[in-house]
Amino acid sequence: MTTILNRLERSVIDDIPSRPVTRPVPAPATIPARGLDISLSGVAKSFGEHKVLADLDLHIPAGQFVAVVGRSGGGKTTLMRLIAGLESPSTGRLRLGERDVAGLQPDVRLMFQDARLLPWKRVIDNVGIARGLGWRDKAEAALADVGLAARARDWPAVLSGGQRQRVALARALVSHPGVLLLDEPFGALDALTRAEMHALMLRIWQARGFTAVLITHDVGEAIALADRVLVLREGALALDVEVPRQRPRGHGDAQLAQLEARILAAV
Amino acid sequence: MSSGRRSRGGRVLRRLGGAAAAWTLPVVLLILWEAAARTGLIEARTLPAPSSVAVALLASIEDGSLPAHALISTQRALKGLFIGGGIGLVLGVLTGAFPIAERFLDSSVQMLRNVPHLAIIPMVILWFGIDEEAKIFLVAIGVMFPIYLNTFHGIRTVDRGLVEMGRVYGLSPVELYLRIILPGALPSILVGLRYALGIMWLTLIVAETISASSGIGYMTMNAREFLQTDVVILGVVVYALLGKLADIATRLVEQWALAWHPAYAVKENVR
Ligand SMILES: Nc1ncnc2c1ncn2[C@@H]1O[C@H](COP(=O)(O)OP(=O)(O)O)[C@@H](O)[C@H]1O
Ligand SMILES: [Mg+2]
Repeated sequence: MTTILNRLERSVIDDIPSRPVTRPVPAPATIPARGLDISLSGVAKSFGEHKVLADLDLHIPAGQFVAVVGRSGGGKTTLMRLIAGLESPSTGRLRLGERDVAGLQPDVRLMFQDARLLPWKRVIDNVGIARGLGWRDKAEAALADVGLAARARDWPAVLSGGQRQRVALARALVSHPGVLLLDEPFGALDALTRAEMHALMLRIWQARGFTAVLITHDVGEAIALADRVLVLREGALALDVEVPRQRPRGHGDAQLAQLEARILAAV
Repeated sequence: MSSGRRSRGGRVLRRLGGAAAAWTLPVVLLILWEAAARTGLIEARTLPAPSSVAVALLASIEDGSLPAHALISTQRALKGLFIGGGIGLVLGVLTGAFPIAERFLDSSVQMLRNVPHLAIIPMVILWFGIDEEAKIFLVAIGVMFPIYLNTFHGIRTVDRGLVEMGRVYGLSPVELYLRIILPGALPSILVGLRYALGIMWLTLIVAETISASSGIGYMTMNAREFLQTDVVILGVVVYALLGKLADIATRLVEQWALAWHPAYAVKENVR
């Protein structure tokens, strides 16, 4: 509950038109790890001569759900890899909470379009891949959170695409990360499964309060899920807009339709 | 439930039918062969009847010569496989994992690979005479390359996304190796093992035929000197059986090690 209060509070401070949360959020089953805020100042990234990101200044407050949209090759994945510490910026400074990002960040987790499960490990062992004390119980709890407790002993090969992504989500949640980075994780799913995943994602984000960065090529998806949408074009921010906060967000809302048109124009 | 059982019964019947179909041609050929030998159409010295091969089999089991020869051949084969396969595996892991090792080793190994290993038999005889080492050395050289190549290839083609995922989840280099890279390379390594087993028997047959004082190859060469064609045929059959046995063994290993793989899935996984 505290995270929601925080979020409402923040929205007042940020002076953004806020509406009451329309759907009551169930009390989180686990202690929510607070999200971490992400800040980039003057971050640029080049691969050899090729400049992929140019001079980005960006602050993502803790617990925000941000969507990044843009054409393919615009540098979205590169931005995500920088935040995760998988690449280091050519220039500029990247901070996560109180510290500078240098190397892999244990409280940042990633999801990709492919679930990247180890096919030779059963679902439970995939979720608990990082091991550590009491990993099995934690992995089982995370699997239960994504509704797959019954499939713990299965091989990944027998799961559907959506189930595999849910396993990947459970794996990312085990360690209660402060930041979850999502690189088009729903891109390969059919429409129905995708809608299910959206609902699951929102429910877990609301319960846990981590900071979420979702990369997507689907503007509708960005508006449906995120608090804020960034458009990344040729390595620079072309647009940075807040999305009105009521949830769930109905289709056919005139304000949202207008926003969607604005984003599409910027992409 | 009952329909499930009935369909399982049907499956067993169908499989039996399949087996019968597979065995029809060999059995017919065997009968024709026997008939041709009995009527004198084929001279016994050229190709003895299957029944006389069977008699030779029983006799050689009774006097203990066949088991002794088969045992020593199998021992040579396995020793060569372990030594050569072990070296190939270690080299493959090294070159697959460390670019420096690849630069130093790979082109040399690729060069040596192009030498047919049977071509060095004269040299091996010069080095080792007809001692045990000669046969084991040849087998080891023969099996080393397929294991090496497939290990190297398997490690190189492990999904980089999986390795990166492992790094993100904090696995140490050793853990990455044991939990991601080697299991990922295993299907390829097992393909190498299959090739290696074929080469293993082939090499041993040649080596034992040329220079040995025991083993199945020696048994057949010895029999040839005394014109015991039935024993020669028996040797060929025993080689075939040993090869088949090795094949079954690898298939079992694959089924166990690759249980996760859809292509090898055992019934347990089907829901
Ligand atoms: N490791 C790399 N080496 C060289 N070029 C890269 C590398 N990673 C990404 N790029 C280049 O950076 C650009 C942006 O890539 P990416 O961040 O994947 O874009 P997006 O995810 O928006 O499609 C592309 O032109 C791509 O070719
Ligand atoms: Mg991308």
